Amino acid sequence: MLNGVGREIPNSLKPFVSSDDYKNNERRKISKKNKQSKTVFFSSYDEVFDSFHIDNKQTLSFHHHLRNGDLVIQEVCKVIKQKDLKELHFAPSSIFPSYTEMVELIKNKNITNIHTNYINGDVAKTISEGYLEGQLIMNTHGGRARAIESGDLSIDVAFIACPTVDKLANGSGAIGKNACGTLGYAIPDLEYAKKVVLVTDNLVEELDHYQLDGKFVDAVLVVDSIGDAEGIVSGTTQITKDPIGLKIAKDCSVLLDQLGLIKNGFSMQTGAGKTSLAVVSYVEKIMKERIITGEFGSGGITKAYVDMLESGLFNKLYDVQCFDLDAVKSFNKNSNHLAMSASTYGNPFEEDIIADKLDFVVLGATEIDLNFNVNVTTDVLGNLIGGSGGHSDIAKGADVTIVISPLIKSRIPIIKENVTTITTPGEDVDIFITERGIAINPKRKDLLEKLKNSKINIFSMEELLEKTHSMTGVPAKIKKDDRIIGHIEYRDGTVIDVLRRVHDDYIR
Amino acid sequence: MFRSLLFIPGNNPSMLQNADIFMSDGIIFDLEDAVDINEKDNARNLVETYLLTTKDLPKTIVLRINPVNSLFIEDDLQLLMTRKIDYILLPKSNMISLYVLDNTLSFLERKNNFKKIKLICLIEEAKAVNEVEEIAKHTRVEGLLLGAEDLTNELEVERTTVGNEIMYARSKVIFACAANQIIAIDTPFTDISDEEGLEYDCSNAKALGMKAKTAIHPSQLDIINQVFSPTKKMIKWAQSVVKTYEKTGKGVFQYENKMIDKPVIEKAKKIIEKAKTFDLL
Repeated sequence: MLNGVGREIPNSLKPFVSSDDYKNNERRKISKKNKQSKTVFFSSYDEVFDSFHIDNKQTLSFHHHLRNGDLVIQEVCKVIKQKDLKELHFAPSSIFPSYTEMVELIKNKNITNIHTNYINGDVAKTISEGYLEGQLIMNTHGGRARAIESGDLSIDVAFIACPTVDKLANGSGAIGKNACGTLGYAIPDLEYAKKVVLVTDNLVEELDHYQLDGKFVDAVLVVDSIGDAEGIVSGTTQITKDPIGLKIAKDCSVLLDQLGLIKNGFSMQTGAGKTSLAVVSYVEKIMKERIITGEFGSGGITKAYVDMLESGLFNKLYDVQCFDLDAVKSFNKNSNHLAMSASTYGNPFEEDIIADKLDFVVLGATEIDLNFNVNVTTDVLGNLIGGSGGHSDIAKGADVTIVISPLIKSRIPIIKENVTTITTPGEDVDIFITERGIAINPKRKDLLEKLKNSKINIFSMEELLEKTHSMTGVPAKIKKDDRIIGHIEYRDGTVIDVLRRVHDDYIR
Repeated sequence: MFRSLLFIPGNNPSMLQNADIFMSDGIIFDLEDAVDINEKDNARNLVETYLLTTKDLPKTIVLRINPVNSLFIEDDLQLLMTRKIDYILLPKSNMISLYVLDNTLSFLERKNNFKKIKLICLIEEAKAVNEVEEIAKHTRVEGLLLGAEDLTNELEVERTTVGNEIMYARSKVIFACAANQIIAIDTPFTDISDEEGLEYDCSNAKALGMKAKTAIHPSQLDIINQVFSPTKKMIKWAQSVVKTYEKTGKGVFQYENKMIDKPVIEKAKKIIEKAKTFDLL
C-alpha cells in the first residue's frame, strides 16, 4: 500500500499518514521499572551475562554518547562471539564506525535484528549489502523513546556506559576520565529495560549530582575502561572555511533576520556540521550587534553554544548530548546548561517537549525532493550513511524548519524529483537554502508573504532542480534491489519508507 | 563600475563553477601567480571551458594573464576568442610590457574583428610606480590595481595593516587614476581571518581615494562591498539633492543650510548611479 508520502509499504506494516497523525492516538506506556532487588556489582562482562542469563533472541540496548570512543558495545560483542549467542536484537541509539565488532556478529547471524537512530561505517556497509538476516528499523531520537515507553521496543538488558557511578548505583556522565556530559539518550533504556547495567570505569563513594537514578539500576559493572576519550568528541566542531558553505550560512542568517526570527526570547537548534556552525556564528554576530538575548539553544551542544550561554546570549541550553569537551565542561559547571532526555527532547507523546518550543531549526540533507521530503539516511545508491537522529523530531516541532545544502555535493545533485529514501516528510520542511537561492514550501504562505519585498532569490524547487541539472546533467536512474532490509519508522511508529539492499551493481 | 574583484585561481574547478554566486562585482580568473607552472595548461583549459559553457557568468570578467615575456602569453591570450572577457589584467606592468601587449592586442583585434580590448594594469614594481602616470594615460587602460605584496618585497619592507609602507604607491595610483578618469583598485588584504584588519584597510584605502578593492577569498567581499558602497545616509542625501535640483531647475541652491552647486550635484548624481549599479536602492 502507499503511505502518506507516496511510498509503497508492505501491508504488514503500519503506514505513515502525516506528521500530525499521532494526535489521533493515545499515548501507550508500559510501567516504569520497579526494581525489587538490591543492585549487584560485577567486575566482568561474563558475570553479567551469566547472572542475567543473557541468551539467544534477547534484545540488548546501548547508547551512543561515547561515539567513536565507545568500548562497551565492543566488549559486549566479544562476549556474544565467545558464547556464540544467536539471533540477538541490538538496539543502540546510534551505530558509529568504531563499532567494528558488530560486523562479524551480523555476518554470523549472532545479531539478526537492529533498532537504531543513526548508522555509519562498516556496520552500515554490512547491512546495506544485505548481511543482516532480519530487519533494520531506523527510529528518530524521540521515536526511540516512544517505542521504548510503549513497549514496541522491549529491552531485555540495557548496557549503559556511564563515566561515573557511585555505590548507590547513581550515574553521571559529567565527570570521570571518560566524561561525555549528558546521557539523555540512555534515560528511556534506564527507566524501561527489564534489566539495567551501568558500565563504568570510575566508581565513587557518592555523587552529589547525577542524571541516572540508581533506583532503576540492577547491576553496576566496573571495568578498566569504558571508552577512548579521543573518540568521544565529535570531529565536526570547526566552522567551515568552504566559501560555498559560508555563503549558505550567511544567506541563512540574513533570511532568519528578515523573517524576524532573531529576537529577544527566541530559541534555536542547528546541527553540529561545519556549515551549521557557521550559521550559529552569524546568528551570534547579529545577536551581539542588536543586543538580543535568546531563551535557549538546544540539541547536541557544541562549544559555539557554550560560548553564547557564557556571554549571556542565551539564558539556557537544553542538551541531549555534548559534542565536544567544552560542552562537557560547561554541563558540569553551569547550572543553566541543562540535560534533557530523548523523550523530553522529541517524544511526540511527551508534554512540553523541547522540539515543540523551538522557533527555528537549521538542518542538513543528503537529498531533498520536489515535495521537500528529506533524506539523511542513505546515499543515492541506497547505502546507509546516517539516519534521522533528531531530524524529524525537530523538523516537526519547530515553527520554521530550514534545510541547508549546496545544490551539488561531489558532482551529485542534492535535489531530486524523488529522494532515494524519505527520512523527514516534506510537510515539515519549510525552507531550503542553497548557494544559488532558496525555495520556500508553498504551504508556508506566511513566510512567502513576509519575504515578498525582500531581495532574497526565491525559486521553486523545480527551478532549483533545473539549475542543478544545467550544471550536472540529468543523473542516470539508480537500480533498486528487490529485497527489503528494513524500514524507517517515523516518530509516531508508522513507516515512512522502506530500506532496500544495495543493488549488486553498486557493491564494491 | 565595481567595488570588488575576487581572484579565483584558474585551476580550481569548484570555485570556477560557483564564480557567479559570490557577492563580487567582478571575478579575476587568475592564470598567473595562483597557478603552479605545471598547472598552467590545465587552468587555461578550465577557464576557457567555463567561459564557453556557463549560462550564468559573473557580471564582470577579468583575466589575469601571465607576464608578456613568459612562455604562456600567446596561449593565455587565446582565451579572448571566447569573447567573454571584459578586461585583461596585465601583471608586472610598465611602459614596455604595456607597449608589447598593446601591439599584440591590436593584431588580435584586427585579425579576429574584436572590439577594443580593455586593460587593468597591475602596479606591483617600483618601476611601475614611477611610470604610473604614463601607464594611466594609455588609451586601453581602464584601471590600475596596486599590487602591494610584490612591491614591498622589492622594497624589502614589511607589509603592515596600517599600510604606511605603501602610502606613496597607493597615492600615486589614486592620483594617476583620478587624473585620467579611470578606476583605482586597491591591493588585496592577505590575512583572510582578520576581519577588523580588512575593514580598517578598506576604510583607509577608500579615504585616500581608492574606488574598489580586490579580494582573495569570498569571505572578504561583504566588508569590501560595504565599505566601498555609498552609505544609506549618502544615498538619501544624494536623492534629495537631485530631486531639489530637478524640481527647481536652479544650478545653485541651498540644501540643509549648505550651498549646492554644479560639482555637488554631479557628486550626488554619481552616488545615485553607484547605488543603482550596486542594487542599493
